[in-house]
Amino acid sequence: MFSPADSTLADPSPADRTPPAVAPAATAPVIAIAGLSKTYASGFQALKTIDLDIRRGEIFALLGPNGAGKTTLISIVCGIVRASTGRVTVDGHDILADYRAARELIGLVPQELTTDAFESVWDTVSFSRGLFGKPKNPAHIEKVLRDLSLWEKKDSKIMTLSGGMKRRVLIAKALSHEPRILFLDEPTAGVDVELRKDMWEVVRRLRASGVTIILTTHYIEEAEQMADRIGVINKGEIVLVEEKATLMRELGRKQLTILLNGRVDAVPEALAGYGLTLAREGTALVYTYDTQGERTGITGLLQDLARAGIEFHDLQTTQSSLEDIFVDLVRQRR
Amino acid sequence: MISNLRAVRAIYVFEMSRTGRTLLQSIVSPVLSTSLYFVVFGAAIGSRISEIEGVPYGAFIVPGLIMLLLLTQSVANASFGIYFPRFTGTIYEILSAPVSYGEIVLGYVGAAATKSIVLGLIVLATAGLFVPLQIAHPVWMLVFLVLTAVTFSLLGFIIGIWADGFEKLQLVPLLVITPLTFLGGTFYSISVLPPAWQTVALFNPVVYLISGFRWAFFETADVHVGVSLGMTLVFLAACLATIAWIFRTGYRLKA
Repeated sequence: MFSPADSTLADPSPADRTPPAVAPAATAPVIAIAGLSKTYASGFQALKTIDLDIRRGEIFALLGPNGAGKTTLISIVCGIVRASTGRVTVDGHDILADYRAARELIGLVPQELTTDAFESVWDTVSFSRGLFGKPKNPAHIEKVLRDLSLWEKKDSKIMTLSGGMKRRVLIAKALSHEPRILFLDEPTAGVDVELRKDMWEVVRRLRASGVTIILTTHYIEEAEQMADRIGVINKGEIVLVEEKATLMRELGRKQLTILLNGRVDAVPEALAGYGLTLAREGTALVYTYDTQGERTGITGLLQDLARAGIEFHDLQTTQSSLEDIFVDLVRQRR
Repeated sequence: MISNLRAVRAIYVFEMSRTGRTLLQSIVSPVLSTSLYFVVFGAAIGSRISEIEGVPYGAFIVPGLIMLLLLTQSVANASFGIYFPRFTGTIYEILSAPVSYGEIVLGYVGAAATKSIVLGLIVLATAGLFVPLQIAHPVWMLVFLVLTAVTFSLLGFIIGIWADGFEKLQLVPLLVITPLTFLGGTFYSISVLPPAWQTVALFNPVVYLISGFRWAFFETADVHVGVSLGMTLVFLAACLATIAWIFRTGYRLKA
């Protein structure tokens, strides 16, 4: 479609690639969590001290193993669980003092398939809209149901639906009152590929309309595909919050391990420019390179190795993934 | 405190439509069982009992039977109404919605009380088919009807929050409400009891409800109607205070 010249011109700089829906970091966060902790009556400390800001219009993925405190954190923001200490504001409204204004903005899709049984899809979704104080709007409900491929089932009793359909109903309920912030608690747990695709399509559209989305997951790919920022929570603590792009740059690094025939005491002089490190007690050299760079430098390195007379018997490459980073973080704190 | 009327209406309509779906169980069965009481106690046994305080026995038991129905139905409906979402987990939506506690209670208790009142009036009309009825103070009759339905729906709401299983949900109506109603003068005037038991009976709150309600029909009462009204209001206030405490502490609702 574009001539090469056009495409060069049209190619935006990386900074411009940020979608317009994301407000600059300088504006107030849409959710501000400060000093939040939760100890249940049983004595179990689900959250230690959480400080977290969610930016307006972003998709924030909260990653963490089971029992890390993801659901507790969401439940507190949504008003289902009471915090032990700390403060949360939603678009400037305190979730306790000004709970109506705060909650009106929020749609929640819970992790468990907790639906009514005997009601029709239409009734249960309309019920949610009324509960959130919005006037009747059949056109909106219809749109939500159509977007989620639920329109055909609108008169069906919920108990007759499959698990995937029930998940859609929960999403429809959350969207019925046109929330500005959407919480998706493990939205794709036990969900088939088609629903996953549909769901991400809906999420993309919501985001394009300026809705802030917070999702929890323990599937790394999900975070990789969708999120603008990624937070990792473990044992009730936020251990990392990072732009996904930054994390992905980390991920773009690969390591080449050269298994030598002999042993070396130090990195040979001739190879000084490659930033090599010694491994396996001097029987291996490790070269770190960027797969997304123009040149990886591998050809040059191998030629220089040969020139320096260093023989090797095997080559291995490894790529650290978000999963590795995640597992490392989680392990460190065990 | 009550500003999200759409939410109140949503809960109310939701609860009422539950009644609509289970019409047989909700309306037909209580009306049938109450009619059986009329046939057995009013017509069969009642024909051998002389008048009580100037009222034919068949008519005398009508206010008591309506109270029996009102109490059990209010408790059953309201307790189930709030217990079921707790059981299935759909309560998450109520808790995360921009609704006040007052609005939640108004929706659930309002629906449960409405249903009891409708049932009470249906049974009253049914009773009119079996026995000649007179209502001396229709307004007071309605006042007692509504107050009792609301009070016991509030009690049911409390039970529905307290219960952590279906067994407990049945326990209070079965072990407390029904005995208190039967011993509270549904089928007799407590003046027929030995003096000692009359004193014991005065500790039964249902005595005051039935007595006041019966007074509205026949102007005969075990205790003064003012006392009946006062005790009903005290019980109503106690239920409201308990519910306020539940929401303030998050008892069984919020961890």
